[in-house]
Amino acid sequence: MKAAVIRFPGSNCDQDCHYALQHVFGVSTDYVWHKESSLKGYDLVVLPGGFSYGDYLRCGAIARFSPIMKAVTDYANHGGLLIGICNGFQVLTESRLLPGALVRNRSLHFICEHRFLRVGATDNPFLNAAQPGQVLNIPIAHGEGNYTADEATLAELTANRQILLRYSDEKGVVSDATNPNGSLQNIAGICNAARNVFGLMPHPERACEARLGSTDGNLVFQSILNHLGVRAVA
Amino acid sequence: MNTTISLPPDPEITPAVIAKHGITPDEYELIQKILGRKPNFTELGIFSVMWSEHCSYKNSKPELKKFPTTGPTVLVKAGEENAGVIDIGDGWGMAFKMESHNHPSAIEPFQGAATGVGGIIRDIFTMGARPVFNLNSLRFGPITGNSPSVKTNRRLFSGVVAGIAHYGNCIGIPTIGGEVYFDESYEGNPLVNVFCLGVLKHEEIARGAAKGIGNPVFYVGAETGRDGLAGAAFASRELTEESKQDRPAVQVGDPFKEKLLLEACLELLTTDAVAGIQDMGAAGLTCSTCETASRGGTGVEIDLAKVPKRETGMTPYEIMLSESQERMLIIVEKGKEHIVKEIFEKWDLPYAEVGVVKDDGMMRVKVGDVTVAEIPARQLADEAPIYHRETKAKPAPKPLCEIPKTDVGLALGKLLADPSIASKQWVYRQYDHMVRDGTMVLPGSDAAVFIVREANKILASTSDCNAIYCSLDPREGARLAVAEAARNLACSGAVPLAVTDNLNFGNPHKPENFWQLRECVEGVAEGCVAFNTPVTGGNVSLYNENPSGAIDPTPTIGMVGIIKDESHVTTSAFKDAGDAVILLGELGDEMGGSHYLKVLFGRKEGVPPRIDFAKEIVLQNTLRDLIAKGLVKSAHDCAEGGLAVTLAESCICGEQTLGAEIDFGTTGLAPELLLYNESQTRVVISAAPENAEAVLKLAKAGGIAARRIGTVGGAQLAVKADGNEQRWKIAELSDTWYGSISSCMSEA
Repeated sequence: MKAAVIRFPGSNCDQDCHYALQHVFGVSTDYVWHKESSLKGYDLVVLPGGFSYGDYLRCGAIARFSPIMKAVTDYANHGGLLIGICNGFQVLTESRLLPGALVRNRSLHFICEHRFLRVGATDNPFLNAAQPGQVLNIPIAHGEGNYTADEATLAELTANRQILLRYSDEKGVVSDATNPNGSLQNIAGICNAARNVFGLMPHPERACEARLGSTDGNLVFQSILNHLGVRAVA
Repeated sequence: MNTTISLPPDPEITPAVIAKHGITPDEYELIQKILGRKPNFTELGIFSVMWSEHCSYKNSKPELKKFPTTGPTVLVKAGEENAGVIDIGDGWGMAFKMESHNHPSAIEPFQGAATGVGGIIRDIFTMGARPVFNLNSLRFGPITGNSPSVKTNRRLFSGVVAGIAHYGNCIGIPTIGGEVYFDESYEGNPLVNVFCLGVLKHEEIARGAAKGIGNPVFYVGAETGRDGLAGAAFASRELTEESKQDRPAVQVGDPFKEKLLLEACLELLTTDAVAGIQDMGAAGLTCSTCETASRGGTGVEIDLAKVPKRETGMTPYEIMLSESQERMLIIVEKGKEHIVKEIFEKWDLPYAEVGVVKDDGMMRVKVGDVTVAEIPARQLADEAPIYHRETKAKPAPKPLCEIPKTDVGLALGKLLADPSIASKQWVYRQYDHMVRDGTMVLPGSDAAVFIVREANKILASTSDCNAIYCSLDPREGARLAVAEAARNLACSGAVPLAVTDNLNFGNPHKPENFWQLRECVEGVAEGCVAFNTPVTGGNVSLYNENPSGAIDPTPTIGMVGIIKDESHVTTSAFKDAGDAVILLGELGDEMGGSHYLKVLFGRKEGVPPRIDFAKEIVLQNTLRDLIAKGLVKSAHDCAEGGLAVTLAESCICGEQTLGAEIDFGTTGLAPELLLYNESQTRVVISAAPENAEAVLKLAKAGGIAARRIGTVGGAQLAVKADGNEQRWKIAELSDTWYGSISSCMSEA
């Protein structure tokens, strides 16, 4: 198995994603520069967190037009596994690889903290190692993570079991009180209808080692490995 | 680019123009002597920024010499380069430094604070180090209430925090700790001290010297604009009502550009193309050219026509004094220019060859063929006049005649609600404190703890200064700040290694202020000698005044230590019901300068607590031994608010809240004195019940007082002593402590 971590000039979680894949799971992982135009030979592509091109306009709005995103789009349209974390999720919605949009947190503040997430559907490559309803402890760190979509989109997401993670309390109860950013229906992560593209605001790569407070992020990477039929070698 | 340059005529140099540049008649005489002629307008501007306090330390240099700066672990000494470097073992070093952005933040809090962060990060990667975390020490006027000044304080506080978040989050360096205080003395003159730490291999240390005659000088990074004109000189004056008009002296930050600059410079430094590198911080192009020349014992000639500019029509004066952010000067090995071009084109950053290293010791500035400034670099950079300022001691603080009484039960809630003591969650939640995957202890414990993966080293870091103590007794206050920093590190399981300091004081021309500076410097020096922590650099910020007077003297101490083993990492929160609560140190009885007096009675008075370094060192060594033996489950030092606040915080600051049943037995102390005194050299720890006896025995064998004072558990904090009992509901204490700042900030 070979993974690619896309590097926009303002990516800043690229090294953390690389570490999780390469060192925690033993997956051979390359950085791919945003000026590249090919993703041949990869089984997984990660759009990491950060501020792709400074994001002074809308997060991910410029990244959408970068050379590598054409390759990313082709790769996804051919069924390649693609995961966008935080800024990566924003890039995915801007690129229309995922529906909806991520707008400013309702508090207008950047928020960084550990959050509980309730797992929705698990019949997908990204959470098959989890149980439906399982609660994960994974940190968030964003200023624009407030997920929004029109009613038709939301109905479709629900009907197709595309809502994979919701902000909850530690018992899995989802309510406005457990919503950190104002996201529609507490949505923290969704996948596309074809189930090969996953976008989420929380950072699984920050929850891969017990010494950093949680290992729940491993479930995401483990699920991907399961799906690809790969055993972790780290 | 236009090659025929018509320069506007320079303003005439009159005594008024000289005075406006902050240059005294004597200094002007000296300038004429150095040049052998009258300076032109550009040269006058260059001298004014280089000889400002901010760049030259002309008022504080004789004092700074008192700091211990050497030791077996010091790889780069204070003052030698942009930041000091300390050995952390296995061929790795750390570069770290603290710097102030007080004045800009008072005028424009968001950009003022943001560019402060940008500046300190550049200081670190200029050394060749990859920045791995930031801290900050912030001080504002009170934020509780509804007066216009309180509203201004809230606006400043909120803007500064947002500015730090904006810059640090975008560039991807976690802000993992620090301190925030609120006090009347900072009204109108907030303190924004920012800290950055980076790591590097010993052989990667980069130097800021213009080496190699004939080597080309490159300008890289953002284009030069008119922002931040003469910011260093602005920072070396008192703030007044008219300071708002100095807004052009505040720079505007672009963290994305700095991220590119950081990556490009670190990439370039892995090649052999760099002969010298220096960031353009205070005094911009001026400072970087004359300092690199002075360090290299060379000269540097630059052509301003080649400098990338953001706007047209800039005069040489403006270009030389601009403090536009995100720029660096790089001396390139001749023949390796193509490497610079490749890397900076990859990162889409402007670069230009603007000059050359010469052998004549001059800083020569040209526009095309016209020389617009020509100054001996060494005299400009290193030979600013040094002033030995007059001092006048303030009267020694009077001991308290009586300790005022109040409801001791309610007092704890009021102390926990005081924004200086309350949880800073509202602040650190806005900072990305987890990026780079190394934050082992989240903000809110005694020290920030970070594992640097590439070096496999665990570093602990803290910033401390109780300025009430310093205002009452500057020398003792400074000693206490160093001791507290070391104690915070010990509580997290770390051995202190080194210190950076940020000396924030009032106008040094006022003898009382200068006396405070001297006393504090000597106090810091005594502390650093005692704890064997050399000072590796820092910053001096004088002229911190508002119309009602100087700030409380605030020598902020940033201390870094190392934790030898992952299992030694310790936090301040109680862990499990049934654990024994043990006090290391005495019960204490010193109430002078306490938060009890300040918060409940509005009094900043009395003799602050005394510190006995020998005893303190024994305590810290004993604590580290206990931690290394695996006997300690939590450790929290006694600071503002005394034992009661320490116990309450250990109950509520963890992932889960836990109560505690405490019984002091017979103490003979009045309840308020027992609960709220701020005597030093005390730590509250918790231990598994089966280990309690061993802890007490080892502590006593180590020569430190130790007593079991209770047990963790329940939904209340209960404290019995001398036949009295106080009970507080943990949920209420927790709501108060966590909610205080956010409820202040939700007011209009």
